[in-house]
Amino acid sequence: MVAFKIRDLNIWFNDVHALKQVSLDVEANEILSIIGPSNSGKTTFLRMLNRLNDLEPSFRMEGEVKFEKEDIIRMDAETVRRKVGMVFALPLPLPLSIFDNVAYGVRMQGIRHKGKLTAQVEEALKQAYLWEEVKDRLSESAFKLSGGQQQRLCIARTLAVAPQVILFDEPCSGLDPISTAKVEEAMLKLKQKYTIVLVTNNVKQAARVGDRTAFFLSGELIELDQTDKIFTAPADKRTDGYIRGKFG
Amino acid sequence: MRKFKEFIIEKLILLCGLASIFFVALIFLFLLKEGLAVFKTVGLFSFLGGKSWYPISEPPHLGILPLILGSLWVTLGAAIISVPIGVACAVYIAEISPGKIKEVLKAGIELLAAIPSVVLGFIGMVTLVPLVKSIFHLPTGLTALSGSIMLAFMAMPTIVSIAEDALYSVPKIYKEGALALGATHWQTIWRVILPAASKGILAAVMLGIGRVIGETMAVMMITGNAAVIPQSILVPVRTLTATIAAEMGEAVVGGEHYFALFAIGIILFVISFIINVTADLFLHKRQ
Repeated sequence: MVAFKIRDLNIWFNDVHALKQVSLDVEANEILSIIGPSNSGKTTFLRMLNRLNDLEPSFRMEGEVKFEKEDIIRMDAETVRRKVGMVFALPLPLPLSIFDNVAYGVRMQGIRHKGKLTAQVEEALKQAYLWEEVKDRLSESAFKLSGGQQQRLCIARTLAVAPQVILFDEPCSGLDPISTAKVEEAMLKLKQKYTIVLVTNNVKQAARVGDRTAFFLSGELIELDQTDKIFTAPADKRTDGYIRGKFG
Repeated sequence: MRKFKEFIIEKLILLCGLASIFFVALIFLFLLKEGLAVFKTVGLFSFLGGKSWYPISEPPHLGILPLILGSLWVTLGAAIISVPIGVACAVYIAEISPGKIKEVLKAGIELLAAIPSVVLGFIGMVTLVPLVKSIFHLPTGLTALSGSIMLAFMAMPTIVSIAEDALYSVPKIYKEGALALGATHWQTIWRVILPAASKGILAAVMLGIGRVIGETMAVMMITGNAAVIPQSILVPVRTLTATIAAEMGEAVVGGEHYFALFAIGIILFVISFIINVTADLFLHKRQ
């Protein structure tokens, strides 16, 4: 099944042509990794999928982005963002307790019933592999958690609003290797229920978790294939060069 | 030679810095010296809590409670009017308005700040005062309410510009984080941006109130200047500042009345100081 269908997508910010003629499909329940040097348009692509680019006044686009056969430009932005959650590069807990951080988005949807709220928070924390570490300290401030725990808290917060897709924007760029491993473990388990698009600067991370990998360069999609193929026998020599660390 | 020049310049700058502190200290000492003298004849509590202010009767009644209450009424009224409007205006400018309207609004707010208070007072006297009089069927429109409305206009630019800065300094990623959870624009403003900027907004409110308490000319022109304990917001009141301005000219230098006016100055100084320090605390905690 196809989650996202993108055809001839072009994006500009003022005169800067950030994405050029990008066409690709994101399959349901896969992890699609997107790699590429900075300024290659990979984050712009990711932010297109939950319409965060709309916040930029200079943003302009052409082409087609369909989410489950619906044109996301025609959809209500809030609806898109509820179905397509996002985890950012910096863990960003709100200055609230652990419980309230996860309950935040749920409450925003109007769910106030205590039992339902508690169940949803617990479920989300379990899915993000954080429950065991925090179950006895849910009322503590979220800032007391370590960086890796904070990032998993943000994942739980995203999961709690029950999205179908989760976008990860360099989720491990500020984390140590052990925390990174835990976040990656969570991602691998999550793909059974969710579709995941992962933008990463860490080529090895893409190799570890991605089912398929896309390589972006200067706003163009150079190559998209099974992760094994990309990392062992890439079709384009620019992909090869980037993976081997010749530029980037 | 060059070193010598550096030395002279450094010392000159140091001197300028010290001078400003020195002058403030001198002013403060002078205020204390002149003001504290009144307590030889009146006790602190009968000065602050005394219900009548008849400084030139014989013997003089030097109770400033009516004046304190006058300032309080006017300030409270101004705060109730200006804080919601000012904060809402800041939210609109910082979060909602598109580019061009934003520029126009910001220019308008700056223009409002540039109107001299005496001009505002004059306009208030000829427009607002008769209006208040006819709406509430009062014998006079020179009331605390008129003063509050006028002062609200003066506090607004301060509140708007500082609150707006506070809103701008909320990290963009907070906003994106909330939106990415599916929050609407208004939910994001109400539940994320405003709480995150709350300390800066409180500071803005405090500084706006500070501006109101210290204002003299406009209140003197439109609050009626009756030094009696106000029973409602629809009667004439006299504020601390207006009392000093109105009576300093006729007080005998070195007399009790004169000392009492300086003591009022000390009270005002203390109030402004507390407000500024509180605002500062809020601003610095934010960083």
